[in-house]
Amino acid sequence: MSSAGLTAAAMAAALRRGEVTPQELLADARAQVSRLDSSLNAFLALTDDLADRQAERATEMLRDDRLGAGPLCGIPVALKDVLCVEGYPTTAGSRILENFRPPYTATAVQRLLDGGAVPVGKTNCDEFAMGSSTENSAYGPVGNPWDVERVPGGSSGGSAAAVGAGMVPISYGTDTGGSIRQPASLCGVVGFKPTYGRVSRYGLIAFASSLDQVGPFAHTVEDAAVAYAAVAGNDPRDSTSVIDAVEDPLSALRDGVRGMRLGVPREYMGDGLEAGVRERVTEAIRVLEELGATVEEVSLPSTELGLSTYYIIAPAECSSNLARYDGVRFGMRVERPSLTETYLRTRDQGFGNEVKRRVMLGTYALSSGYYDAYYRRAQKVRTVIAREFDTVFETVDALVCPTSPKVAFTTGAIQDPVEMYLNDALTIPVNLAGLPGISLPCGFSDELPVGLQVIAPRLQDARVFRVAAAYEAATEWHRHRAPLVAA
Amino acid sequence: MPLDPVEVAHVALLARLGLDGEERRHLGADLDRILDHVSALQRADISDVPETAQVGTLVNVWREDVPAGSLSQEQALANAPDTDGEYFKVGAIQE
Repeated sequence: MSSAGLTAAAMAAALRRGEVTPQELLADARAQVSRLDSSLNAFLALTDDLADRQAERATEMLRDDRLGAGPLCGIPVALKDVLCVEGYPTTAGSRILENFRPPYTATAVQRLLDGGAVPVGKTNCDEFAMGSSTENSAYGPVGNPWDVERVPGGSSGGSAAAVGAGMVPISYGTDTGGSIRQPASLCGVVGFKPTYGRVSRYGLIAFASSLDQVGPFAHTVEDAAVAYAAVAGNDPRDSTSVIDAVEDPLSALRDGVRGMRLGVPREYMGDGLEAGVRERVTEAIRVLEELGATVEEVSLPSTELGLSTYYIIAPAECSSNLARYDGVRFGMRVERPSLTETYLRTRDQGFGNEVKRRVMLGTYALSSGYYDAYYRRAQKVRTVIAREFDTVFETVDALVCPTSPKVAFTTGAIQDPVEMYLNDALTIPVNLAGLPGISLPCGFSDELPVGLQVIAPRLQDARVFRVAAAYEAATEWHRHRAPLVAA
Repeated sequence: MPLDPVEVAHVALLARLGLDGEERRHLGADLDRILDHVSALQRADISDVPETAQVGTLVNVWREDVPAGSLSQEQALANAPDTDGEYFKVGAIQE
């Protein structure tokens, strides 16, 4: 029987009991990819020889305790194609990096390799992680495992779909404005964005450096906690890496929510929500109340400004970060007689529409005469938003709310950029304030998954897992798999 | 206030994006739409907010200057579109 759709915990237990080998788990993962990926397009590249080597290494590690096996030893994983793996194609979903092979490996990936995890391949994503549907990939859109005609969310759509389709039990993505939590919500899986700085950004292709954070996708909260712990912790190679020791995210997993104070931000339950999302999230909040948490309404008055703040700060940082793609040292070059013409043609042909839109917007917001009105002001509003979170966390321990205002929409249905940006309205403020947040399945609307978001104060990542685990233990949603997993 | 085409062309040049006329029109219209949306920022009360560079509690980090390995010349040149074997090669800088 195939292991497709099993949790990492179940696979790890079977490995330890000797009932299955890392090679067999890898073969199952490959079979699932080859059966389903022609319709999903979740993977951009398979890292076959690396996976084989790691499976062999994991086999040794499982035999000998002294070899440093991590909790994901022998477990197949997938990596969003913005994470560098030395010698393997890393495109960030862009034409401009079509033939790029990084000369070094991201710290998060290195930690996985050192612990014996088995990377199956690199997953599809919006170009340079800019998008909410994975339709901005230069290599074609990704299907949602619950309905392949619909988007998986984005930008980490390939990573979310790979777990949702039972190809791998764990994958990694990045979350700059919701790019882990929103696709997790749309694909019916768990997605966790750590506190800013908890996971090293070294070797992560930069989009907006003050917001980018690496995190896991999984079927369960416990798997996500294990997958987070496997990559978290200070890294001297990332100057924004948090120095404080990582609290064990498994330590509070069974503590429950009795006596906890949970806040529901009024502004997150507003008119923009689909009826089905509102119903499922309201029911989920009631479950938490029945489990002994006290629930109260709170207010984050500047929530509405989050999107505007983000759409100045993120494009400003991206316009600066993406200046490196100039066709000189790496990536695509469109040769012209003069260097300036070479830059202009290379970037015109190498970048897709959304990337150009954001580079233009960011360049404008940073340009002379507009800097004060846009960038400088947006930075200050960012402080206002962060302070409002600080204030509500004086009276509540965590916040619970929807992840995405809507369920998965049909591919191609949203053409207007601002309408697309609104998909991240409930996740963006968390990035602006640098907080940890999770999305976990809380039911269905029209047979499509709905996600519950839990948000905690900075560095309280373990508390996010505690609340999420309590909800999960009281419900059955995490056991649901998309029909195509077993078909 | 909509962006005029001259301004769009200026920003595109600053961003080193060689857009054609059609793309400039489209992106100009998109920028108008987005800037209109973000104009909400102008209403925010930021009178008591200090200049913001970051919202966390990060402080500058220092470390000892210890020599360590780095990329070899071969590795650094491996992804280059054009080299002469030792250097990156580009077209004429002076026109």
